[in-house]
Amino acid sequence: MSHLTLSAVNFAWLPILPLAAVAAGAMAIMLIGPGVEDEDSAGLGILALITLLAALIFAIFTLGENSLAFGGSLATDDYAAFFEIVILIATALTVAMSLDYVADEGMAGAEFYALILFAAFGMMLMAAAGDLIIIFIGLETMSLAVYALAGFLRRDPRSNEAALKYFILGAFSTGFLLYGIALIYGATGTIGLAPIRAALNDRAAENPLLLLGLGMMLIGFGFKVAAVPFHMWTPDAYEGAPTPVTAFMAVGVKLAAFAGFMRVFMANLGPVSAQWTMVLWAIAALTMTVGNFAALVQQNLKRMLAYSAIAHAGYLLVGMAATPRAMAGGAMLYYLIGYAFTNLGAFAVVIVLERKGAGGATLNDFRGLSRSRPGLALAMTLFMLSLMGVPPLAGFVGKFYVFSAALSAHLVWLVIIAALNSAVSVYYYARVIVVMYAQEEAVTAPPRLAPRPGLVASVIVAVAGTILVGLYPQPWLDAANSAYASALGRSATRIAALR
Amino acid sequence: MPQWLFAFLAALAIIGALGTILQRNLVHCVLGFALVLIDLGVLYMGLGAVTVGFLQIIVYVGAIMVLFLFVIWLLNIQADTGVRGGASLSLKLVGALAAAALAAELFVVFSHAPKLREVRTIAPAFGSVATLAHVLFSRYLIAFETTSLLLLAAIVGAVALARRLAGQSAEVAAMPSQPGSAARESRREVA
Repeated sequence: MSHLTLSAVNFAWLPILPLAAVAAGAMAIMLIGPGVEDEDSAGLGILALITLLAALIFAIFTLGENSLAFGGSLATDDYAAFFEIVILIATALTVAMSLDYVADEGMAGAEFYALILFAAFGMMLMAAAGDLIIIFIGLETMSLAVYALAGFLRRDPRSNEAALKYFILGAFSTGFLLYGIALIYGATGTIGLAPIRAALNDRAAENPLLLLGLGMMLIGFGFKVAAVPFHMWTPDAYEGAPTPVTAFMAVGVKLAAFAGFMRVFMANLGPVSAQWTMVLWAIAALTMTVGNFAALVQQNLKRMLAYSAIAHAGYLLVGMAATPRAMAGGAMLYYLIGYAFTNLGAFAVVIVLERKGAGGATLNDFRGLSRSRPGLALAMTLFMLSLMGVPPLAGFVGKFYVFSAALSAHLVWLVIIAALNSAVSVYYYARVIVVMYAQEEAVTAPPRLAPRPGLVASVIVAVAGTILVGLYPQPWLDAANSAYASALGRSATRIAALR
Repeated sequence: MPQWLFAFLAALAIIGALGTILQRNLVHCVLGFALVLIDLGVLYMGLGAVTVGFLQIIVYVGAIMVLFLFVIWLLNIQADTGVRGGASLSLKLVGALAAAALAAELFVVFSHAPKLREVRTIAPAFGSVATLAHVLFSRYLIAFETTSLLLLAAIVGAVALARRLAGQSAEVAAMPSQPGSAARESRREVA
């Protein structure tokens, strides 16, 4: 038995630096945490922000570095770097909007920020995964941390319910994913994504083992992106969880889930796309329709945004259904940037308006906001318009690219369904704007908290992102396209080296 | 492995299995089951699969049996409560059917098994701790290390939530109006 050397490990510092920074930050917070009182936990949040900034710088350094490290376990491509950067920004915004919330609600600060960083670590791992084992470990790290975060409101039974529901259904769906991974391993004899792609040929598509594995993995990922009919947990989990955690679930978890979903299915199971795009067609149509129609009747903004998140997962799945088209992937990545900024902003506004113990703001809390807080009302209007898909905001441009990719794949009916759904969504998004501008503030309303610097900063960043990504789409779209191409190219060119 | 040792271990495994299903006391049943698992681990080692043998003992006896005992302890099942009298007829029927299916499956598997003289011996390093360690710390290094972070995240989450429950009960009793103080109280207790 030869001695183990670092070269035998195929060791590479660069791809693990962003991951290692986040993990180290989480552990540092846990070490410092016991000496910090819960109401002073904002300092730990600042430490988390510094960690995320360092990881962001490392992630930017990995751009343009298309290689596989650790025997194919980690993919250091632009796709991974792209998602790592977006996930880190989304996590930083989440931390910024939690700074005061965590202290006000008396939540355990050290554990909160450590778990947020652990979840971010899992998300980044999913984005950078080179084989199915890493996808699974990333998903589990993220999920376990978020299950716990959802139950962090100690005295609120809704928070307990959210955590329990999310945990039980999540564990169930992870079982599906793991079973699917095992079956795919059985069918192809490998767990590496690139070797799986190489092993797929015309005969592979007839292998019942592979098809069963595909179906199981589809269910597992479908749960994490909250696609209908695997969405039942979403409204309750989103409503009960602490609002910054809800924002994190709606944006971070969805980003990571799509990162894994797209890398596995679009980039590496593309050769058998005929076997699963039809299923995705149906799931996309169902997800959009159920999400939008259920959102119509919601009074609680958190619940409305939960259904809105389901609907947006449906729009993204329209892009996935167009799979062999290379432009669909780039369009989806672009869409996810806009989605992240817009949703984080909307949730930040909800946190500002939330009353203690009320479990999220209702439409009534938005009455007359244009007079009491004109800036906040304007920001919320922007977010709602972007979610609606009004030009020139990020939401519109994203939808435009995704739908045109679907049209080029001749999914005319699916695009018609998507367009009709967008029209339906105007009603519930516009209602928020109408309430803010056309209705008087309720006289009996108790006074609101003063605006907090962390929240204000995250709203401003979200507004800037929503406008910039929409007004100047080209650089973002180019980045998204080259990121997606790197996920495809790696699969095509590096196979020989791996086998 | 000498023939007599195999016969002894095999007989011990059957005794343990009978002990698992025939005893009244649940804890005794679990101990019988543990005997079977340890015995199987020793059998594996005797056949040259040392790593598998140790993993069998670590995973099954170390983790799964402890889980069984925890469940018995958490549900507070008393030593003298067991299934008294015979099981219902339908339960017996289902059990007999399952046993028959298992026997049929085993018969099919063994009748299709290769003849003993056709079995090839494998390289001695196959499945050894050294080989396993080499794969684990080279090809699967990232998977191995990230799994430890996964467990750490799970522990932090579990501790955060479990501590919350302890704080809640103390707070309901004493200080319903001071949010957060109960948690700090319990943190001091932990510290």
